[in-house]
Order: sequence, then structure tokens, then C-alpha cells
Amino acid sequence: MTMSESQFVLTMASIVFVSMPLIIAVCGEIITERSGIVNLSLDGSMLMAAMTGFVIAYESDNIWAGFLAAMLVGAFFAFIVAFGSIRLRQSQFAIGFVLTLLGDDLSAFLGQNYTRTPGPTVTHFGIPLLKEIPIIGPIFFNQDALVYFTYFLVFFTWFWLFRTQPGLRLRSVGERPEAAFARGVGVNRQRYLYTVIGGALVGLAGAAYSLDVKIGWSDGHIRGMGWIALAIVIFGGWSPIRGALGALLFGATKALASYLQSRFPEVSVVAFNAIPWLLMITVLLLVGSDFTERVILMAPQRMQRPLQRFLRVSPPKALGSTFVED
Amino acid sequence: MHIELRDIRKHFGPVKANDGINLVFEGGRIYGLLGENGAGKSTLMKILSGFQPPDSGEIVIDGQPQRFSSPAEALGKGIGMLYQDPLDIPAFNVKDNYLLGRDRRVILNYKTARAELDEITSRFSFEIDQQATIENLSLGERQQLELTRLLVGGAQFLILDEPTTGISADQKDKLFNSIRKLAWEEGKTIILVSHKLDEVQELCGEAMILRKGKMVGRTPVPCSNEQLVEKMFGQIPLRGERPVYEVGEPVLELQNVRIPTYRLTVENINLTVRAGEIFGLAGLEGSGQQLVLKACAGLVKNDQGRISLAGQDITHWSYQRLRTAGIGYIAAGRLEEGLVAGLTITEHLVLSQPSHKFFIDWASAQKQSEARITQFQVVGRPESLADELSGGNQQRLLFGLLWESLKLILLEHPTRGLDVRSSDWIWEQLYARRNSGTAILFMSSDLDEIIDRSDRIAVFSGGKMSRILDAKTTSVEEVGRLIGGQE
Repeated sequence: MTMSESQFVLTMASIVFVSMPLIIAVCGEIITERSGIVNLSLDGSMLMAAMTGFVIAYESDNIWAGFLAAMLVGAFFAFIVAFGSIRLRQSQFAIGFVLTLLGDDLSAFLGQNYTRTPGPTVTHFGIPLLKEIPIIGPIFFNQDALVYFTYFLVFFTWFWLFRTQPGLRLRSVGERPEAAFARGVGVNRQRYLYTVIGGALVGLAGAAYSLDVKIGWSDGHIRGMGWIALAIVIFGGWSPIRGALGALLFGATKALASYLQSRFPEVSVVAFNAIPWLLMITVLLLVGSDFTERVILMAPQRMQRPLQRFLRVSPPKALGSTFVED
Repeated sequence: MHIELRDIRKHFGPVKANDGINLVFEGGRIYGLLGENGAGKSTLMKILSGFQPPDSGEIVIDGQPQRFSSPAEALGKGIGMLYQDPLDIPAFNVKDNYLLGRDRRVILNYKTARAELDEITSRFSFEIDQQATIENLSLGERQQLELTRLLVGGAQFLILDEPTTGISADQKDKLFNSIRKLAWEEGKTIILVSHKLDEVQELCGEAMILRKGKMVGRTPVPCSNEQLVEKMFGQIPLRGERPVYEVGEPVLELQNVRIPTYRLTVENINLTVRAGEIFGLAGLEGSGQQLVLKACAGLVKNDQGRISLAGQDITHWSYQRLRTAGIGYIAAGRLEEGLVAGLTITEHLVLSQPSHKFFIDWASAQKQSEARITQFQVVGRPESLADELSGGNQQRLLFGLLWESLKLILLEHPTRGLDVRSSDWIWEQLYARRNSGTAILFMSSDLDEIIDRSDRIAVFSGGKMSRILDAKTTSVEEVGRLIGGQE
């Protein structure tokens, strides 16, 4: 089971690369859910965006046009969720779920003439100097522009949420809309805005697959990745940094699973595929248990609060609710 | 700052919450706004603080008519309201909570926030841990933070809605001291919304009393409690005629019962209700009478003392077990605690039956439900949903769901929000029950109803029960004194 250093670096770099679209989708959904809306349509809208992004980029021979189109598709799906729940006061879960099914079938139908054709891709671009740093360099800085954008996105989303006034308003709306309203925050305007922005990022994530990580289009191309993103949002405690770590951990366990599979071909494939999920459930249960509380209390006094904040997360209190402004 | 309310009206369906209210407030004074639950205090204050618009009427500040579309706008004009349940964000830390809606710059400035918080909290000697999360603070501390926020936001006119409910005595003193400081040293206007007479007496210079949506009086305070009680409840004509009843065996007995809660501890309750007797519990809302009723229904637990039903010890029995033992309970929240909003009358009937079969005989349930509807004069059909019924019909349905033979009926506000005809009908039903030997224990904020309908009365004040009064010989003055906690 030994692995040479270059092998290790290659594996890690590929984990980062493969996890990138998932991280983008997780950031998008975190923004949306922090405002109190659940966009459950992720699986369908990512499929639609992946298909649209690929088709537009293929036809126009311009990947940026493809990314833009994918973002519009994601934003549009999210807008339907927001409009249906805020204006029409329908269940956002029902709308999101139906959109998931719709996106799945509609993408298969609209993309049927473009399956298994080669198309344009994002070009590899190592950052000079940075990529020369031992180990870190080749893992993180010998990637492509979309990966670098993702680093920025994670940091920026965190900064926006926790260090800026607009981010404070966004979070307040998801926590206690009536209090936010009393302080002059336009609750539903915020929710529209961040649902649509979050949706656009989800769309970008879809195209990040079809134009970069899993190039091309086929029926049900990235089916399931939307649900995984939704799960990682919860796992990540609605924080972009934890969410990104969660996505990387997911990618790592996937890599581990395929490594184990090649080592033990006699064991069923399905068994290894379950590893990431078992890990996720275990961590979630551990974090929510009394055991963690005891561990926190054993830590030095001044470390307790930060630990508490990092480990003990709860969903935005007003998640999935509607708010009527008087 | 001079504020005038002119002919404020607000209706909720047929209920006139505010029915043409005119008021003037001058700067630098502390006012008390008194009134029983449902008198329209909260509605009026929500209108004044921009939380909801009035149907008609206007708010005039220093001669300028104003219209607020949100509380933030009202605060911009200098009107701030402190809610009983502070309108903060429990998941936020103290600084985030303070900064929300305050700072307009994009990047949050924690340094300034810390300095501002330090400055104002030390001015009022509040002690708040700035590293804490709001949900870990006590109610009193959250209140202090809200007050701080409103003051920094420029409030010249502060409305405090029942601010002392659920805070410690020490925090209450601090709050009252800061209120005095704000009014007398800084010239701010304060309105204390309350139904606690002593607090209004202690703090305010003038009391304004609302009853049934109307202003019924303004009086300088301190004054006598009776004077305030009389205005709050109205003049009550005593009716001499009351149905005779045969006293039976003791049904419900409470011995030295103590019920501790976060907000209030009820102690030393000794009470006997006999078969065929109607026993009324009076007192301002939240004085402990509801806790006693709920303890008898098995919904809250007493930590000391003994409750018995017809000689049998029923202390700490569950609600379901008490139901089977013959206790019927009708809660104040008809849709919240009594009925299931989305179920039909027939479905309620099936649910309320003592025993259940796996398969429901809908045909006979339908028939029974029609029979009950006729018998209890509910305006509705078997397939009407509970939340489609009016308040009066919901109450009739609740009565229709009570079991046939009961030893004891417990009621919270049996006729609240009902018209005279429905109220009379409800009491006819209760009289019929008592004639068949059921004991009845009820609470009401309607003094008229208490004195008129009960055989005996106990008055609650701040968790303490008064001596027991005979309804035939008591007077409104006597009950009023006891409600105010004097004796």
C-alpha cells in the first residue's frame, strides 16, 4: 500500500479538481438556504445547466457563453422556487422536487442530439511561482481558472456572510424574518436576490462538470450530484469553509473507494460506494452528540467558544418558512 | 417630542380592536397603558410603532402627520418599541445582533460596535457579555440589548410591552432605574404597557386605560388600585338571581399545591370544589390561575402538594388518564390547543371518542356528527373544517366533544370573544352539567362573568391565591382589591 510522493500529489490534485463543481454548488445553496429558502431542485437544475452549458459552448464554440447560459438556467430554476414560495405561497419543497424531476427529463430530451460528442473545455493553467511550492503547489495551483475561481468563491462567500453588512442582513432573514423586518430589512427582496444568485452558482457548477470535470453530455450525465451537494450543505453546517472541506472529504473518500476497489476486486463495488455516506452520517451523529459536548468542555477555556461555534451548527431557524410583510 | 393619536381604528374581522382612540403624549413623561387582555393595547402600540397600519386615523408627531410602512421607519422618526419577546436574532452573537440594520457600510465595523455598546451599557449599568450568543442570554439581558439598540437608533419615544414578565427582580430594578433616567434626565417619553397595577403605580405619572378597544379613562398615578380596576373592568351591576344548587361531595381537592415555572411560582393552593358547584378563578392574566387549571388537567406538574379527584389521589396523572377518569378540559386557545385546524367536525368526533376501532364507521360517525351539530347549534356541516368555523362555533364544537358523564369540567375563558347569545348558551350547557352533579372550575378575565356565574370565587395575584369568597355576598370592590394584590 505504499504510494510515491508524486502519486500522492497527483491523487490529491485530482481530488481538488473533481470536487470543484460540488464546492461551487454548495456555496450557491448555502447562500440560498441562509436566506431561508431551500432550493431542492439542485439535481435537476444542475443537469439542465450542464446540458445547456455544453450545447451553447459547442454551438458557439465559446465556453464563456456556455457558462453564462448555464448560470441563467440555474438562476431561472431558482427563481421559480422563490416565486412559487414567496408570491404564490406554495411549498418550496414540492416545487423544488418537481423541478428536479423536470430538469432530469427535460435535459435528456433537449440534449439528445449532443450526447457523446467532444466539445470545448477549460484550458489547464498552472500559476507561475505558486505551482513551484513543494506539494502544495502542484496540488492547488497547477489547476485551471475555474478551480482558482472556486478558491476565491469559498473565501468571498464566507467573508460576505460573516463580515459584511449585506451578509448580516442575509443571515438575519433566514434566522428570524420578523426581527429583520423590524430593523428595515426587506425580507422577501433579500430572499429573491439570494435564491437567484445561489441558483446561478448552481448553474455554474453544472457547467463546470460538462465543460471541465466530466466533459461532454450524456443522458443523466451528473445525476445525483445535486443531492450530494444538498447533503454537503447540511454536513457543512451552512458555512462555505466547512462545506468546501466537506466536499473535499467526500471527494477523498470517493478516491479511497476506487483505490480500495482496485485493490480488492472480489468485494462488491456497492460496498465501497457506501463509504462516503457512512462517514458523513457518523460525523453528523458525533457532532450532535453529548460526547462532543464533553470533548469541548475538556478543551481549555478560551478554546471552548470557537470549538462550539465550529462544531455545533444548527440550520437557519426560518429555513423553509414564508414571511408575509404587513 | 409631542405625539398625538387621532381617531385610530383597527378591525380584525368583526372585532374592533381599536375603536376610535384619541391620545396625546408629552415629552419627558412616563405613561402607563392599562387594560386586560384583548382590550386593544397591543394593537394600538403596534400601530404606533409601525408594525401594522391603522384602518383609519392618524399619528401626528410634532404637528406633522406620519405614516409608517415598517418599524424601521418608525424608529427613524424616533419611535421605538421593546417587545415582550425581544425582536432579536437568537442565533447571532451580541455584536452582529447590534449591528443589524444599524451600520450602513458594507464591511462590518466591530470596533465601533464594541465601543458604542460599551458606552451605552455602562451609562445604564447594564452588564452584557459581548462575546455571547443571544440565545444564551437571559430574557432581561436581551431586553437590555434591545433597549440599547433602540436608543442608539435614535428613539425619543419608547414603548415597553410588558417588560417585566419573566425577568429577575434585580433586572427589573435596573430597567426601572434606566426608564426613570431616560424620562427625567434625557427628556424621553416612555409608555409602559402592562396589566400589573403595582408597576404602573410605582413608575408612571399617568395611567391610561383601554377597555374593549376604547379609551375609558386617564388618571394621574399613584392612585387607588380600585379606581384602576374599576376602569379596566367597567362598572359591574350585581345580579341577585342565580340558580340554586345542591352541594354534593367534594370532587376536586387541592392540598398545599405548589407549581414552579420559569416565570411564576404558584404556592400554597388549597381548594375544594364540590359536585354541582361552579368555582370561578379571577385575577389578572398570568397571576397563576391558569397554571392551577392546567395542573388539574395534567398539563403541568406540581412539585409539592396533592391533587385528588373524588377521594382518589390523581397527582401527576397524565392528561389522557385524567380524561378517562372523568375530567374535561377546554383550553383558551381553541384552535391551538382544542381543535385540529384541518380536520372536519366528523373527524373531530371520531378522534374524541373514548375507544377506537381500527376501521372507522364513517356512516354512523356522520350521523352522530349531524346530531351533535343540531344539539350544540353549531353553524356548520359535518364536513366543515374546524378553522372555517367562527370562534363561537368552535367553542360550541368543543362543548359538543366533551364526554357525556364527567366529574369535573375545567375551562379557561369559556366565553372569550363570544357574543351575548353564545355566552348565555354556553352557560346554559354548564348549568345543565352541574345539575347532573359535575363540578365546574373556570377562569375568566371578565369580572362580570366571574361574579355572576360562580358560586364561590378565588382571586389570584402574583401566584398567590386569596381567601375564598362567596359570590352572593362579595362586591366588585372586594374582588378588585384582591386582584390588585391588597388585603
